[in-house]
Parts: sequence; structure tokens; C-alpha cells
Amino acid sequence: MAHMTPTPVIDGVQDKTMILNMGPQHPSTHGVLRVILEIDGENVVRIMPDIGYLHTGIEKTCEAKFYQQVVPLTDRIDYLCPLTNNLCYVLAVEKLLGLEIPPKAQWMRVLLNELTRINSHLVWLGTHALDIGAMTVFLYCFREREDVLRIFEMVSGQRMMTSYFRIGGLTVEPPLGFFDRVRDFASRFPSKVDEYENLLTGNPIWGMRTKGVARISAEHALSLGATGPTLRGSGVDFDLRRDMPYTGYENFKFNVPVGKEGDVFDRYMCRVLELRESIGIVRQALDGMPEGPIKADAPKVVLPDREKMKTQMEALIYHFKIITEGFSVPAGEVYQAVESPRGEMGYYVVSDGTAKPYRVHMRAACLANLQTIPKMCEGRLIADVVAAIGSIDIVLGEIDR
Amino acid sequence: MALSPPITDLEQLKSHPALVRLLEWNAKAVTGVKFDREEMTIYVERGSIREVCALLRDDTQFPFNFLSDITCVDWYPNEPRFEVVYHLLSIPKKDRLRLKVRLEAASPVVESVTSVWPGANYFEREVFDLFGVRFTGHPYLRRLLMPEDWEGNPLRKDYPVEGYR
Repeated sequence: MAHMTPTPVIDGVQDKTMILNMGPQHPSTHGVLRVILEIDGENVVRIMPDIGYLHTGIEKTCEAKFYQQVVPLTDRIDYLCPLTNNLCYVLAVEKLLGLEIPPKAQWMRVLLNELTRINSHLVWLGTHALDIGAMTVFLYCFREREDVLRIFEMVSGQRMMTSYFRIGGLTVEPPLGFFDRVRDFASRFPSKVDEYENLLTGNPIWGMRTKGVARISAEHALSLGATGPTLRGSGVDFDLRRDMPYTGYENFKFNVPVGKEGDVFDRYMCRVLELRESIGIVRQALDGMPEGPIKADAPKVVLPDREKMKTQMEALIYHFKIITEGFSVPAGEVYQAVESPRGEMGYYVVSDGTAKPYRVHMRAACLANLQTIPKMCEGRLIADVVAAIGSIDIVLGEIDR
Repeated sequence: MALSPPITDLEQLKSHPALVRLLEWNAKAVTGVKFDREEMTIYVERGSIREVCALLRDDTQFPFNFLSDITCVDWYPNEPRFEVVYHLLSIPKKDRLRLKVRLEAASPVVESVTSVWPGANYFEREVFDLFGVRFTGHPYLRRLLMPEDWEGNPLRKDYPVEGYR
């Protein structure tokens, strides 16, 4: 963060260029991103993102909490896909503990994770289109997003900060009628994606604003650390769900959409196609949902059921112990990565054998993706900067942590 | 799955492709290994991290061509105090590798890998910002998340969680 320095960080070397500050309060920077532009007329000569305005020290806070108390903190990192963050953290801790997760919990995790992806992509599609000037799509997308948020509210009690996945399984059983509701949504949703595509994909104005704009080659994207649709839009066929499966993704069949040109349009197409693939995974999860427990058989780690806690002495003791003292995790370290809607989200958890994590580090997909912006924008128009920022789908909560 | 104790014996892990390559190049660069919870860690001598990264990236048999992450762990008050952690990913072979460099508290300096992966830029700036580890050869080593005039490095263990009041 460079906001304390009164002068711009880039020095205008040439006489004819000027420095333009964009953000941190700019509607099309998706939060509090500040971009410092050196421009020659309307052409961008140099561009420098400036971040840190949303830094809350989550990594430091994690070190002072018990392992189970970190789960709600992970919601607040990438607030558009809280369940993906929950999943990544609990997978890391479960790997440290060596816990076996029952199949029903795994399938529920996949189901909700894909709904989260749909939720996140809908917000992206709406705001990205809004940035470029297509107002209607925003209203359409938020209509369906409301349905997804209601599903989250039904299952976890919260619309956004869900904290539904816990170390060892899920918080509670999904309520009655939950699967019917998801099935209903899954049957309606593909026609809604057609609606968005009717508005955008063939639209000549959309095409002019996105095709050939903010292009990045596969080689550059790889060396700059880009992941997710930002990388796949450039033609690199890599998806952690398929290539390094976790939490039972190996049981699901889906395609990984890959672009070719590496421009805004290809990244857009990747995400729109992912919407369709995700709803396919949701359907498979609904059809094959196994029966059984939703929590691992590990009384020292997993909180007992409410009913048991009130009736059995042993369960009450475990409950008291976990809440007041936490549970100790064998010393070691784990790096767990999952495919978040934005790319590779990784949690690096180091344990020193106590009940509090020694170090929790989040590998933010957006932080690496943001580094591609200068490559995409230099030599192009200012209006394309807005399209480029929208196309990498940044969430500042994740970048700054 | 029950946890098995970590393997730290170099002899047992000799067949790991990355380790084979490094030992062939310069056995002195490898100061230790660890295989724990299905994850491979190689401890690298501090002077050769950039060359090791370039070597692993360009390997034709088993290239670790993608840098996932760089971070740091502070083991205060133990020495060596800092561990800079590099997470590499092999996209063609779908495998991960962790490299570690240990640094003494007296001179937390290590060579930058931005010349190997330009994407290391923000990661190294973040480590510099929050841990005070310096990276030589970095093109723009300034604070990333904290304000420019901030005092101290928040993620060091001797920095209080509530900050200095």
C-alpha cells in the first residue's frame, strides 16, 4: 500500500505523459483496488496496481485462535465464495490430523462448492457486464444469485458467511426439503444461462469491447502465476478438480472449458461454460448422494450431536473440552489447494502440536492473477483497463486478507 | 488413514525425480529432505535457491514449471529463525514440491526468484512486508499490504497480535 506517499509511485519520465489515479473508491475496481496509470493521451503507458486497503491481518489472527475457531475467519477472505474457503481450510487441517471423512459429507461438500462457484460467477458476470456497459445482465444474474443464497441460508442459516464445513465433516444435517430445492434450482438454471448468453455472447457491442482486448499468452500467464479461468482462457488445460482431485471430485464427470486467444472474451466464455458444468456436477451430486453420517468418527475433534450432549456424560465432557481447550493437532505442515472460482486457492497450515495453528497462510488466487494486469493493459486504452480488471474477477478481500 | 512418521532420510527418498536432478547438479545445495503426509519437502542451501528453481523449472523429464506460492514461517526464538517456503507445481506431471530455505535472524536475506518466475514479485513483497525478509535482486522491493511508513513486521512472532499500542 502506497497511500502514505504524497507523490505518485511511478515517476512521469516523459514530458507528454501524465499520471492518473484510479481508485481505491472507483466503482469498476470491484472493491478497494487502486490503480496508478501513466497515460499518453488515452493510451496506457504503464500501470501499477496498489493494494492493501482491505488488509485485516487474518493470518495473524488465525495464530491466536483454536483450529475450529479459524473456520469463520476463512469466510471473510473471499467473501464471494465462503464455502470454498471453508473447504480448503478444513481439508488442510483434516490432512494434518489424518481424518477420514464419511462419503455423504464429501458429496455435500462437492454439491455446495459447485453452488458457490455458480454464486461467485453470477456476481462476476453481472458486475463485469455492468463495467463494460451492459446493465440488464446485472439484474438477471442477481435474480438467480438470490436463489443460491436462499439455498445457503436454508442449509447453514447464513446467506454469505456460511461456515458450514467443519473440521471432520459438516455442521448439521441438511434440512428437510433441501435436496428438492436444489433440484428445482438445477432444473431451472440452464435456461437462465441461455438468457445471459442471449444478451451477451452474440452481442456485437459486447464482442467489440471484449474480443482481442487485454490479451495474455499462455506462457506469460504461467510465469506470472495466473490460475483458474484467467489461465484457462489462454489455453492451458489445467483444473485442480480434475487433475489433482480432492474431497471426492474423482467421482464426478465434467468438462474443463479452455479458451484459445487469452482475451477478455475467452475468459468470459470459460466462466459461462463453467456455470453449465457446475450445474451438471450439482445434478450428479444430487443423484448419487450417499446415505450415512455427516461427521467423522473422531470424538476428540468433532463436536458431538446436540442431542447426545444433553443426554450423555461422555459427550458433554468432549464438548466442554473441545470448546474450552481446543484439540491438539500432530506437528507438521500441509499445503492444500482447491480450485476456487478464481483459481488455485491454497492453505498452508503449520502445526507445532498445540491446539492453535502455528501459521496459516492463504495462497490467494487473485493476488497472482492481479500481476497479469500490467501485461494485459500496457499499450491499450484506459477503457480496456476496466474490462481487464473485470475479466480476472478480483476480490480484494482475498488479495489483502 | 493413520499418520505415519515423516521420512527424513535422504537415502530413502533418493528416487524422487526432483531430488535426483538436484543431487546430480550439486549435492551440497540440498541440506535436508522430508516426506510427510504425502508431501515432499527439500531444504535448499540459501545461496542456491534461484539456480535450484531455474533447474527444476527447465527440467525436461519432470518440470516443476509453476510457482504456486512463496511464504515464510517465523520460528522465533529458535535459530535458524526464518523458513522461506516455496510451493512449486508441476502442471504436466500434476505433482507438488515444497522448497525451504532457512535463514538466521541476524541476516534474513535470500536471493529473489523473480528472474525465474516474474509471478514471484508480489509473493516476495508480501514476505518482505510481513516478515522483514529481504530478497536480493527483486525489481521493486517495497511494502505490499501495510502502509509505507508502518513500523515492524506484523507476522513475526515477537509482534503482538493486537499490534503495538
